[in-house]
Amino acid sequence: MYRYILKRLLLVIPTLFGAALLVFTLLRLIPGDICVLRMAGTGGYFDEAAIQTCRVEMGTDLPVVGQFFSFIWGLLRFDFGVSMWTGQPIISEVALRFELSLQVAIMATIVAILVAVPLGTISAVKQNTWIDYLVRCISIAGIAIPSFWLGIMIILGLLLTSQHLFGTPWMPPITYRPIWEDPLYNLSMLIWPAVATGYRYSAVATRMTRSAMLEVLREDYVRTARAKGLWEKLIIRRHALKNAMLPVITVIGIEFAFLIGGLVVTEQVFNLNGLGKLFVESVVNNDYTMTQALVMLVVMVFIFVNFLVDICYAWLDPRIRYS
Amino acid sequence: MNTDSMTHATSGADAELELAAPRAPFFKALGKWVRLQPLGAASGLGVIFMIFVAVFAPHLAPHDPVTTNYESMAQAPSFAYWLGTDQFGRDLLSRVIWGARTALFIGFTSAILGSTLGLVLGVTSAYFAGWFDLLFQRVMDVFLAFPLIIMALAVVAIFGTGPGNVIIAITIPFIPRCARVVRSNALTIREMPYIDAARALGYSHTRIILRHMAPNCMAPYLIMLTTFLGQAILLEASLSYLGLGVQEPIAAWGLMLQGGAEEYAESAPWIAIFPGLAITLAVFAFNLFGDSVRDTLDPKLRAR
Repeated sequence: MYRYILKRLLLVIPTLFGAALLVFTLLRLIPGDICVLRMAGTGGYFDEAAIQTCRVEMGTDLPVVGQFFSFIWGLLRFDFGVSMWTGQPIISEVALRFELSLQVAIMATIVAILVAVPLGTISAVKQNTWIDYLVRCISIAGIAIPSFWLGIMIILGLLLTSQHLFGTPWMPPITYRPIWEDPLYNLSMLIWPAVATGYRYSAVATRMTRSAMLEVLREDYVRTARAKGLWEKLIIRRHALKNAMLPVITVIGIEFAFLIGGLVVTEQVFNLNGLGKLFVESVVNNDYTMTQALVMLVVMVFIFVNFLVDICYAWLDPRIRYS
Repeated sequence: MNTDSMTHATSGADAELELAAPRAPFFKALGKWVRLQPLGAASGLGVIFMIFVAVFAPHLAPHDPVTTNYESMAQAPSFAYWLGTDQFGRDLLSRVIWGARTALFIGFTSAILGSTLGLVLGVTSAYFAGWFDLLFQRVMDVFLAFPLIIMALAVVAIFGTGPGNVIIAITIPFIPRCARVVRSNALTIREMPYIDAARALGYSHTRIILRHMAPNCMAPYLIMLTTFLGQAILLEASLSYLGLGVQEPIAAWGLMLQGGAEEYAESAPWIAIFPGLAITLAVFAFNLFGDSVRDTLDPKLRAR
């Protein structure tokens, strides 16, 4: 197992390095001088001296190789530099919003698993019945519905039902309070974006659970368990589901990318001050340093999650380790 | 070409014999496919309908999609405005119809570009093998470490917004995804005797890659292409919704949801409902169609 982890870890390093190189190069593709663009963006008067100070500040006065290594060195110390828009250190801007985004991400994953595993299992057990067709329709719809539209529809539904029930329309709160300070307030705010993101996330996982369960239910050991007269519910829970979870875990790992994408748009819909919103704002405001840092951060998290999924997978299925 | 061959076929008996022969199996095969994949056929019709709407948008749209009309702001669906009007008094139906053109144009262009470039790169990588393939794979790994929308947003950050740049932003993340699938298929083709034969005949690398290997990777290519179509439409809608895709006043589904959709959610819910419905149905049709294409071309994947 340790050898496997080490091998897998060695694969992570070049990918991370390559990603850093790619992000670095991409942001150098911007036509023109970042500093000139920044000055022009403010609309005020600027001269060569101001641009030079900006270049020193941004580090763009160094040769490209030097810039790259200082970028890497910064990454290693979690120092992403300074935002071009607000002038604040990027890491503190990120830290401010990290908690909210992480909570929505975790809640969305929980929603996805809570929806996907039971639905996928029922769908497989009742294959080719109306339940199965219904579940498949729900999951195909989940892939097609854009999460931002689902978010808007949730808001619309909340407004209309609260209007109908209480006479005054109710909207989820907008200012964030941590869950340990005011759990009810916090949940009433974040459950909706979590559902909007989690539904799409669950769609693929439901399909995967269904097909994995179908495969496992045809295995010999399930037939043996049935032959010895074991209770059907026990067979499904203990024998089948446990083994069917393997591909589902992978899919949850792969779909993590969609979770991030979902967060970027749903935070916009629900007006949450999270990392996704920060990312979109950085692109809108041409805050290149912030965009660079956030892309890098996402990629790092993404690679790390995939690494964890691989380890989980190998731990659960010893065949992977030895192949 | 079809109408041409048809006139020839009816003009002479000999020509009919010659031309009818290859055509009959096509319709037979199509009929069989429709029976085997009823959902695929239905979604195929949906796709054709959308293409029709997109192509004939100027003739189908009852109103101008761009001109604002302050006398008919945020009106509910009626006979004059079937789907109602938005906060600027623009007819929603016309905007949805024109939006189909934007969505399909961007969707098809980026899906075709992305999968074709992926096809060429994937086959090239498999053909040369060795250190080139190894290096290429690592580069693809790096590109795949970027979630779709993050990569697209990063590209938009560099090149800016607008239809052309959105196409670039959607195409780039598609390339490595297609290249990886095609490569694994091309690796087996590389070992085929006819590739050895082509090499023995002294054909150039380009010729072997493009004329001998690429056409034999059509199955994974078409599978990826149809998968990308739905994704591209969704991605374009997301980017436009975020204000980073197509810009006003062009009619685009995602953009229609951006402006007043939330603000007017209560007083004029149709502004938010119909464009979203259009996105959902379009992606739904393309996904179902893609699924059945995949089932037909690659039965091994059917279980998933």
